[in-house]
Amino acid sequence: MLAYTEKIREAARRLLAENRVDVVIGYRKGTIPFANEPFLAKSSEQVDRLYWDGFCGANLANYLPKRTDRVAIVAKGCDSRNIVVQVLENQISRDNLYILGAPCKGMLDRRAIRKALKGKEATSCEEEDGKIVVSGRGFSTSFERTDVLQENCTICIHRNPVIYDELLGDLVPEQQGVDRYEDVRKVEAMSPEERWRYFEELTASCIRCYACRNACPMCFCPTCFVDESTPQWVGKTINPTDTRTFHFLRAYHLGGRCTDCGACERACPVGIKVRQFTKKLEKDIIELYGYEVGLSLEQRPPLDTYKPGDPESFIK
Amino acid sequence: MLEVYFQKAKLNEVIEQLIRLLRVYAPVLKGAYHEFAQIKTASDADLGFQNTRLSPKGLFHPHLERMFEFSLAKGDPQASILREVPKDYSPSVILGIRPCDARAFQVDDVNFDTSVVKDPWWVERRKSMTLVGLACNEPCSTCFCTTVGTGPFDTNGLDAVLVDVGDGYVVRAVTERGEELVLKLGLKDLVPDEAAKKAEEQKVSAEQSLGRLFDTEAIAKRDSAELFNAGFWEEVQFACINCGTCTFLCPTCWCFDIQDEVSGEQGERVRLWDSCMFPLFTLHGSGHNPRSQKLQRVRQRFMHKLKYYQDKYHQGVACVGCGRCVTQCPVNIDIRSVAQLMSASCIC
Ligand code: SF4
Ligand code: SF4
Ligand code: SF4
Ligand code: SF4
Repeated sequence: MLAYTEKIREAARRLLAENRVDVVIGYRKGTIPFANEPFLAKSSEQVDRLYWDGFCGANLANYLPKRTDRVAIVAKGCDSRNIVVQVLENQISRDNLYILGAPCKGMLDRRAIRKALKGKEATSCEEEDGKIVVSGRGFSTSFERTDVLQENCTICIHRNPVIYDELLGDLVPEQQGVDRYEDVRKVEAMSPEERWRYFEELTASCIRCYACRNACPMCFCPTCFVDESTPQWVGKTINPTDTRTFHFLRAYHLGGRCTDCGACERACPVGIKVRQFTKKLEKDIIELYGYEVGLSLEQRPPLDTYKPGDPESFIK
Repeated sequence: MLEVYFQKAKLNEVIEQLIRLLRVYAPVLKGAYHEFAQIKTASDADLGFQNTRLSPKGLFHPHLERMFEFSLAKGDPQASILREVPKDYSPSVILGIRPCDARAFQVDDVNFDTSVVKDPWWVERRKSMTLVGLACNEPCSTCFCTTVGTGPFDTNGLDAVLVDVGDGYVVRAVTERGEELVLKLGLKDLVPDEAAKKAEEQKVSAEQSLGRLFDTEAIAKRDSAELFNAGFWEEVQFACINCGTCTFLCPTCWCFDIQDEVSGEQGERVRLWDSCMFPLFTLHGSGHNPRSQKLQRVRQRFMHKLKYYQDKYHQGVACVGCGRCVTQCPVNIDIRSVAQLMSASCIC
């Protein structure tokens, strides 16, 4: 994965020099272990600051909506699917984009690593041959990459970019035989009371900072429903009713649009598993419409079109 | 001031004694991270923590403050009259608070408790709480307290401080209130020479581990307009997703919003944390928004903390170097790097 850094720099330098694009969106190396910062390179002098490793989990498609310049962007499988949705929803024009496809082996979960360190603080982290070597004051320890992936990456079945103009490396084998919805089925099997309690507990520590919403490339409304003040649709408090309303509505706005890139969950400062909401909707959309989000620029998403044969058994 | 010592084996006994005397808040491990919460027994407290995910500011300036209640019932002679919600100011102690977080309350006092304006709830809570700190023997790599005028052994914001010296704790009273508490706890053992020496060595090594990352004085001296218009904000703001995490976790961010919540015929006026990162924060009734752009909001956060606060109060910056925003920002916007740009004088 680290090898992508050189490839990204080379492509960025070339695209800027040939005046194919105005800017390049990628990452620069973070100031702390397990974190990198999304970065906009505007000139060839800035190109050498571009960087890539396993901590590029934030979804760069988030920086695209409403841009009118010509953008080169590094896109993992999930990022590319979000770009597809943005193009379908007229947030960005495909013609203005130059997609540097990054076949992906999964992004690393800083929380999983910190948890495994049991309170010891890491000061550096190196990635090599499928291993992560973490060291700090008086210790050095290593992890298998596959043991510390973001949870959504462990069940990802589209690691290769679905659209791209050039690839940064060879395509990777897609994961086979993945059961994406084991957790959703468990929740579905609960009694209504149990389920209510499950979601109540899930969101109990929410501080309504909206990191989950803002990390999402699909949340591009000029004014989000929670920020409307005339009228105010949702209360602003942290009591369960208001918090719940926010979470339910956010999730429903993502039905048929969420790609399970995990950007929301990785951003939440208090570790709430917000994907529990969106995954259920993802499963429903597949079961009802046979539609997987963000795979094709040709097909309209089922929830923004009407077909006479659309399922309607849920209308009672 | 009074200095005593007790063995680690006695820690739980001391905490139990505290619980008998006062309401006790302490770091408690909840799920994946620590938070300050009221404890009922000594074993709930975990002094082995690094720091809490959210700062303890919520104990003085709660995320949701119920200010007033009112009735909207037809025919109720009291209808529409705001009644203050009764508050509980029982004498309390925050045990194990970090020196930086305690300093943060002093940073915020200039906002909530001035000669002209007094926020009654802040003032009363400040009066009711005794702060017993825990010095940091091993500051995290994201801490930069000494750069912003506090430090791992700074006692300025505290009433008393505990220093973990391995086998036991050195307890040092800082204020009269702290001394009174130590006396009430019946702690009398003199500090053994070894422990005193160890505490001093730890202080030196903790402070040395931190270094000075930027120059707050240089920021104070720079022209506000020049900083405001600086070109670097463009680059600083790019990655920010305006999520508000940094401000909600920050011990010094004090901004709030006031809302009326009504259910049936009953209502309450609540005060909620707000954030300069949110577009709604500055939206005018007219529809105009003076900070409609992300760049303006990002700049505001750093300018307020590192420049305007200095210019207005002449008592340092409104950041205590706890590093919460550094570790929890989902896109790695690091206030230390921004401050270096602002001071344009990296002395690392
Ligand atoms: S969701 Fe798939 S493409 Fe996206 S980061 Fe994870 S493994 Fe890579
Ligand atoms: S990021 Fe987490 S804490 Fe913030 S609003 Fe979303 S779920 Fe709540
Ligand atoms: S936590 Fe980071 S991304 Fe979120 S508002 Fe603060 S600086 Fe911006
Ligand atoms: S600005 Fe960041 S480092 Fe400074 S006090 Fe606030 S959270 Fe801590």
